[in-house]
Amino acid sequence: MMIDVLYFAWVRERIGLPRETVQTDAETVQDLVDELRRREERYDVAFSDISALRVAVDQELCDFDTPLKGVREVAFFPPMTGG
Amino acid sequence: MDIRVQEAAFDLGAEANAFAARQRGMGAIVTFTGIVRDLDDTALRHMQIEHYPGMTEKALAKIAEDAAGRWALGDILILHRHGRLAPEDAIMMVATASRHRRDAFEAATFLMDFLKSRAPFWKKEETAESADWVAAKADDEAALKDWE
Repeated sequence: MMIDVLYFAWVRERIGLPRETVQTDAETVQDLVDELRRREERYDVAFSDISALRVAVDQELCDFDTPLKGVREVAFFPPMTGG
Repeated sequence: MDIRVQEAAFDLGAEANAFAARQRGMGAIVTFTGIVRDLDDTALRHMQIEHYPGMTEKALAKIAEDAAGRWALGDILILHRHGRLAPEDAIMMVATASRHRRDAFEAATFLMDFLKSRAPFWKKEETAESADWVAAKADDEAALKDWE
């Protein structure tokens, strides 16, 4: 399946791009993270501490064990600092 | 309910007056405005605010709907800027209207608490020497627990 993967704030800076389309068979967000980490060092560094990251699946905040079946968009970012 | 995410500056007085003029039978209007402040030790040049177009509007609508379900409100306004801001610029504002003041005050506090940690905005502070992403505060996350 094809999933749009988005990165924000320092995750975007570390990986070096704001979004990309990924061809993957990952079953969960965590599987997708593991897959990305194996790709290149910049991904490995960006995802080295999952507790410092948040994830949104189809624009809803989710946990890393969320299944990816039927999902179109996954976004990774640090804890939000609005207001 | 009026939710706006924009790059352009806004006029706090004009927004507050327009919000007030829309209300009927509301005895209380509360507004809160967030301002870019200088850092404690160095001069802040700019604050960059990044957001997640699409999710931001949905997250703000959800927060506003939750507030509307909890308090007797006549109306809610959430306005949040993104892009490059300077010290003393207004970043965002919320306004709430209710028949009695308690609902408007509590709802405004609730909106701010959730907006801080549940709406996809990220702030970066630029000084002459460096540019650093603002870290989320544990206090802000803890504040959400008080509303459970």
